[in-house]
Parts: sequence; C-alpha cells; structure tokens
Amino acid sequence: MIQFENVGLRYGMGSEILRDISFHIAPGSFQFLTGPSGAGKTSLLRLMFMSLKPTRGLINVFGKDSATIDRKDIPAIRRRIGIVFQDFRLLDHLTTYENVALPLRVQGKDESSYKTDVQELLDWVGLRDRIHSPPSVLSGGEKQRAAIARALISQPEILLADEPTGNVDPPLAKRLLRLLAELNRSGTSVLIATHDLALMDQFDARRMVLNKGHLQTYG
Amino acid sequence: MANAPQTPPKIPLRKNAPAQSPQPRTKNADRVKKLSAILGRGSKDAVKTAVNNSQKILSTDNKPSIIPKESVSGTALIFVIAIMAFLACLTLGAVSLVNESASNWQSDISKEITIQIRPTPNNKMADILPKAQTLVEKYAGIKSVNILDKDETNRLLEPWLGTGLDLDELPIPRLLIIEIDAENPPNFAAIKEELVATIPGASLDDHRAWVSRLTRMARTTTLTGLSIFLLVLAATVLTVIFATRGAMAGNAHIIEVLHFVGAREPYIARQFQKHFFWLGLKGGALGGAVAIILFAILGLWSDQSFGTAVNAQVSALFGSFSVGLWGYLGAAIVILLVAVLTAATSSWTVIRHMRFLNKTQN
Repeated sequence: MIQFENVGLRYGMGSEILRDISFHIAPGSFQFLTGPSGAGKTSLLRLMFMSLKPTRGLINVFGKDSATIDRKDIPAIRRRIGIVFQDFRLLDHLTTYENVALPLRVQGKDESSYKTDVQELLDWVGLRDRIHSPPSVLSGGEKQRAAIARALISQPEILLADEPTGNVDPPLAKRLLRLLAELNRSGTSVLIATHDLALMDQFDARRMVLNKGHLQTYG
Repeated sequence: MANAPQTPPKIPLRKNAPAQSPQPRTKNADRVKKLSAILGRGSKDAVKTAVNNSQKILSTDNKPSIIPKESVSGTALIFVIAIMAFLACLTLGAVSLVNESASNWQSDISKEITIQIRPTPNNKMADILPKAQTLVEKYAGIKSVNILDKDETNRLLEPWLGTGLDLDELPIPRLLIIEIDAENPPNFAAIKEELVATIPGASLDDHRAWVSRLTRMARTTTLTGLSIFLLVLAATVLTVIFATRGAMAGNAHIIEVLHFVGAREPYIARQFQKHFFWLGLKGGALGGAVAIILFAILGLWSDQSFGTAVNAQVSALFGSFSVGLWGYLGAAIVILLVAVLTAATSSWTVIRHMRFLNKTQN
C-alpha cells in the first residue's frame, strides 16, 4: 500500500531530518507513529501524502513512485488516503455537514448521491445535532470528530491521523480511538501519529518510533 | 488489534454504494443538439465542452461557495474594472468615430476634382472659364462641371480676407468644381495634359494627396486607439492577477484543504474563476453602461445643438457626432470581453501560482 525505502528528507540546505527510513504499510493494518516533538512525524505523514518529495530514497504509494508520478495523478492518490490534522483544518464558512461532504463535492458528485452517507457518518461520530453548525461553535472534540468524518467520507483505503487526540481530554481520546479501531476493522489501514503513550497503551498495534531522524519499528 | 476498548457502533459507510447517481442530462443534451444543428456537422464535441464549462462557471446551485465571496476583494476591483472597461469603450468609440468621419471625408473628396485657373495678363477670365468647362465636359466619367461664381469665391475667401472686397481688383484664381463618377473615373492625366496645353495658368487638383493624408491619419488614429485599447486590457489583466494572488494568499488555508481532500487544480481554479467572472461582468457592465450613456448624451447633444457655432465646429471635424450601431455593439462586446478576460486571467493565475508553490515546496 505505502512503501518507503531508504528515504531521506532535508529542507533546503539544512541537515537531514529523516534518514534511511524504510517501512511498509500493509492493507488493513493499524500502527502508531510516535517520537518526540520535532522528530519529523508530520514530515513523514506529508511524504506519505505526496505533499512533499523526498530528498533521496524511494516512496511508493498505491503502486506509484513519488519521484516519477505525474502531478495530475496526485489528486487520485489523495482520494484514496484520508488525513486528519491536529488543528482540524475545517473551513469556517461551511457547516459541519458541508465540511464533511467536501471530499465528495470536489469529486463533482451529486449531493443526492452522498447526502445520506454524510448524515449517517455524522451520526456515527456523534455530531448529528451539529449538522448545520459552523466549526466556530463546535468544541475541540467535536471539531476533531468532524475532521475524522471528513477524512472517512470518501471511504479511503488508509487513514493518516496527525495527533488526532492532541486537543481533546482523555475520555474523548479513548472514544476517538474506538472510532478509528472500528474503522480499521472495516478494512481501512490506520496510521496514528502521536506522542501520547497512554493512548498507545490502550491498543495493541505496531509502533513506529522516530528518533533523531531514524525510524525503528516494534510489533 | 484485538484490544479495542469497547465494541463501537458499526461504521455506516456502504462500501459498494453507487459512487454517483445518474446526472439529469436531458436539458444539456437538448442544448447540445440544438446548438450542433445550428453550427453544423463536426461541432458536437466542441459544443458539448462549451455548454458543460459555461454551466460549471455560471452554475448557481444552493451549495455555498468553497471560496467565501467576502474573501475576494470585491468592490474596489469592480470599480477598477469598471474604469478600465469605460476607457476601453471610449477608445473603441473614438476609433469608430474617426474611422467613420475619415471614410466620409474620403468618399466626398473622391467624388470631386478641382480646376484652378490663375489670372494672367493676356487672358480674360470670362472667356477662359467657359472654355475650360467645355474642355472638361467632353471626357467620359464627368458628371457635372460648375464654375464657382464670384459670390461663392468671395464667401470662400471671407474667413481670410474679410467682407466687402472687389475681387476684380485682386489677382484671385477661379475654381471649377467637377463632379466625377467615382466608379468610372475619367482619365485625369489626359485632362491635365490638355488643360495645361490649352489654358494658360490652369491646373488640375484631383485631391489624391489629401486622400492619401486622410487615409494615413485614419490608420494612425486606429492604430493608436487599438494600442490604447490593448494597454487598457493589459492593465486589466495585471490588476486581476494582483487581485487573484491576493485572494489566493487570503484563502491559502482553503486551497491547502482542497488539495488534501483530492481536489484537482482546475477545480480549485474554477472556484476563483466563478467569483472573478461575476466581478468582471459587474465591473464591465458598469463601465460599459457609463460609456454607452455618454455616447447617447453626446449623440443627443449633437442632434439638439444642430446649427449652432460649436456644433458646426464639431461637425466639421467629426461629421455627425454619433458612434453608430458599431460603437454600441463594441461596448457590449467589451463588457463580455472584460468578464471573460477577468475569469480566464484568474484561472490562469491560480493554476500558475499553485504550480509555482508546488515547485518551491519540494
């Protein structure tokens, strides 16, 4: 699904922040990506999402080499990946429903074909009563659930979540983890970038640890 | 993976749900069919693309705009575009006016030639003038020959010499105005040769030098006008580029999210294009409308002040001060052109800027 081989990354002329990274994410797998702040977790996620190009090494996403892929083909790859950010990145002028429906809207789909799906998904993440609310009136947890729903609406093959529990209290973090576990059971690969050890202890999954630019995998 | 905290509700997404319900295409299909029938064979694909694209830009569905309307600098840009459209219309109107007047002058001049006879000590003007008239009349292509009598010659010289002059006391040349058949002109060289040989002091002026000067002047004016028109359009394009970049900078977070959710560049460009098309149309319509009103007022003033001294001066230069149907049609075309140019420029800027950002990111 996603394969890294000896990947290195540096910004500009600075030193390498990621060195010789090699791993493989299999279909239907669940893993945590962890490491201290500034270790390069977000950069690694951006590489997986083809938002950055590696300085060296090979990245293969859904059979496409990131070094040779035509930029016109990148949106099609991104539609197969759901991404959740720590800071949610919801659009403030749209309602929760419109934010969640955004990935399908940009694909040019007719609203009648996805309206029920969006409503059911908002039910699933517990935001049914917030369907017409703009993000500005949602709490941190509600925003995070809306961001997760947006990442899931187009039924991605893999979900990349960057600190999805960073802005929520522990009970809500637990609830969000349950949602992601259920998603994984339905066949979607999940990668959660976090430095929350308590969260990782709640779920038995592979741990990818980034430290000083190097990656070590456990489990 | 087995230690999930609790049994969560089942995810509701239907994996095999149909991706998209069939689109209602009947109206579009009818439009494409009708337009293709008008434009002829082979035009179906082009018409289909044009209908679909125009619908995408002009669509006013109930969904809120992805790029907030308020985030695109509206009012100031509308006024700038309005001013540009007004100047463009004015330039087109002026070019159309000068061209029309020059063409009128040319057609008037090419219908006439003039014979000038200078007084000489041995000739009596009263004998020479009818002789010259008879000489010219026999040529084919001559419609009429009129001798400009003393009173008419007096009036012609009044602006320079004043009134109450006795022309007999002055060696004033006399003129014969000859109306020619413009489509079947006479042999000017033969007339000239015979005239000079037969009548001393006679010369023929076929006005070619004037026609040539007028043509050059009209061409220069047209070229100058078109250059100004192109400069105005270029200024509009540059303004829209700056405005689009500003709008993109203000909406960078939205563009980033659109990228993350898998939006293609043309889709993102279209979100900006929609706003800028309407801004361009509003600005163009405002500027064009003011120009059309100005043309109408000038035309009305020209009609109402007919016979006054000022009108006579203006008429001497421009004939009837009216831009005509082409002037108004040109203004309408400028309005549409400005709207389309604004939309196309914003779309091009968005795509180009995104590619630039993409390059600098990696």
